[in-house]
Amino acid sequence: MNPSRDQILNSIRRSLKRGALAPEAAAACETRLATHRRNLIPARAQTLPPRGQVELFIKMAETVNATVARVKQAADVPAAIADYLSRLNLPSRLVRAPDPVLDALPWSEWPLLETRRGVAEDSDPVGVTACFAAVAETGTLMLHSGAASPTRNNFLPDTHVVVLRASQVAAAYEDGWDKLRAARSRDGNFAMPRTVNFITGPSRTADIEQKIELGAHGPRRLHIVLIDDGEAA
Amino acid sequence: MKATSRAFKANARHALGDPNLQRAMINLRTGFAERRAHAVARLPEWEALREQAVAIKKDALAHLDFYLEAFEQKVIANGGQVHWCRDAAEANETVLAICRRLDAKTVTKGKTMIGEEIGINDHLAANGVTPVETDLGEYIIQIRHEPPSHIIAPAVHLVKEQIAQSFRETHRDLDPARPLQDSRQMCDEARAVLRPRFLAADVGITGANFLVAETGSSIIVTNEGNGDLTQTLPKAHIVLASLEKVVPTLEDAATILRLLARSATGQEFSAYTTVSTGPRRRDDADGPGEYHVVLLDNGRSALLGGEFEDMLRCIRCAACLNHCPVYRAIGGQSYGWVYPGPMGSVLTPSLIGIEAAGNLPNASTFCGQCESVCPMKIPLPKMMRHWREREFQRHLPPAAYQLGLAAWAFFARRPALYRLAADIGARILGYAGRARGRFRALPFAAGWTRTRDMPAPEGRSFMSLWAARQSAKRSAK
Repeated sequence: MNPSRDQILNSIRRSLKRGALAPEAAAACETRLATHRRNLIPARAQTLPPRGQVELFIKMAETVNATVARVKQAADVPAAIADYLSRLNLPSRLVRAPDPVLDALPWSEWPLLETRRGVAEDSDPVGVTACFAAVAETGTLMLHSGAASPTRNNFLPDTHVVVLRASQVAAAYEDGWDKLRAARSRDGNFAMPRTVNFITGPSRTADIEQKIELGAHGPRRLHIVLIDDGEAA
Repeated sequence: MKATSRAFKANARHALGDPNLQRAMINLRTGFAERRAHAVARLPEWEALREQAVAIKKDALAHLDFYLEAFEQKVIANGGQVHWCRDAAEANETVLAICRRLDAKTVTKGKTMIGEEIGINDHLAANGVTPVETDLGEYIIQIRHEPPSHIIAPAVHLVKEQIAQSFRETHRDLDPARPLQDSRQMCDEARAVLRPRFLAADVGITGANFLVAETGSSIIVTNEGNGDLTQTLPKAHIVLASLEKVVPTLEDAATILRLLARSATGQEFSAYTTVSTGPRRRDDADGPGEYHVVLLDNGRSALLGGEFEDMLRCIRCAACLNHCPVYRAIGGQSYGWVYPGPMGSVLTPSLIGIEAAGNLPNASTFCGQCESVCPMKIPLPKMMRHWREREFQRHLPPAAYQLGLAAWAFFARRPALYRLAADIGARILGYAGRARGRFRALPFAAGWTRTRDMPAPEGRSFMSLWAARQSAKRSAK
């Protein structure tokens, strides 16, 4: 085989003063990889009821400069986005990810919103995406790549608007992983997406004299439209 | 990267006299150290999480061969490739070969310390491929042709006036009269300059904070979003990772991630934590067509099982730098290689040899701050002591130092003689210094008195005063 690979593995084993792992030890490692054992998860979000987790998510997201608008039902989302853009005097031209969740929204009732469906280009000022889940612990959104969710839509536009249902809010990152495994496993085979993005607030940097500036290379603004569907996870 | 650690003392002297650096380093205290303290205070489970994180890494290192092979299998199953590289030269050749095959003109880069370690930028540039750093701090030092001074904030040693000047010298097509007084303006300028570079790049290179054996994923943690544009837009994503970055599961990564951002910047979680697994899938709307992991050893496998194994737990959060009085006084470039501060003082001699880096383990006051803030509980002072011992055993320190230490050891092994000599010394110095109460200069101690005065002793040593006091007590009874 590849000589570098063999040399490195041999060097590791020599340093550990053993050969390849004994079958029992290897089996124990296999089990460790297969069982997704959880380590300690902070009580912060875990001990809260679902409603409390949604409130914590909003609080934590706002702490890191995201903004959150709450609507009663999915049909109200375009209105909320139009309102947000006009309040901040932002262009009402948006690219939305080719996601069935977004397709189902009544965009045509808002003719002043100029929407395009597809993959974001550099010239798109506003991007609207759905998301896979959210993590209350730190106000974090969880998105993954796919046919309906191009990754670049999360990063190229100056303003990123994310549509989230309250029932998608979970306590911890580990809950997000379990949801993903459940959603993408078939016959015991888990298909990991190419990219999973955990997003906590808009892009930022402190590389010049430690002063925090938003909008380094990714979105300058992160706006979350939360559909309060009353049935938190 | 070429090491200049031998010149540490001259470098440090230079840094102490650099007014810009001294002004910039003040920001470290309020920026990183205070924010970290607040973040830790907000998480009651902090200590328990540290214990678990240490256990995760110990398990990963004890079974490193197994987890690396498992990681490789998953990368291949997802359509990617793992390139095992023994040293910097092999890693550089691997990256260049991929770039050449793809006919790459420019390569965008997210921040990678492994990239600095192997000197990938110079290698690519020498072979006709233009590397473009995209992390704002890395971009600043790239246009200034400087090495990074901090492992997560590479330009922390600069003040904004220096950065503005570099921008004016580099971005010559922009209006020379434009205002560049504050970080907002410079941030916007860098964003505008780098956006077309992201879109034009043929290959994107990032580092890795973790490799996950369970899924064959690499994870990066960033705040700017540059790492994401770097890996999403080009034809290929190359990950530069050293082999100790592997953890067993996504759950294990989640646990250590809870420590990483809080230790590094005092954030609850970084803005972007990105988990990348293989190239774009057949029905994906975007993403890189190729995914390569360049897995670098460069001396690390030899550290396993020895007295420096604990160093392989390091997650590069830089908390030890931010809390080190020596680092805060002189900045990172004085250390003369990729990794500065306490973690560098242990890692650098491990990777480039104690002959080239002997000054570094001595650049410590042993105050212990580094170990107490290290999320992975790495015993940094102990390991610096190990290096000092090795250095001494190999007779590397200067002759005068060794002679002095031997003389001290002679007396230290003979307590009665030691006390007598100390008492005589204290009496002589006390008598000689009775007028002023301090000395501006002392024979054989010019190095010490050059920057401070030596207080004159009161006239007797502690041991002789103590003995006198005890015998007075006894006779009073």
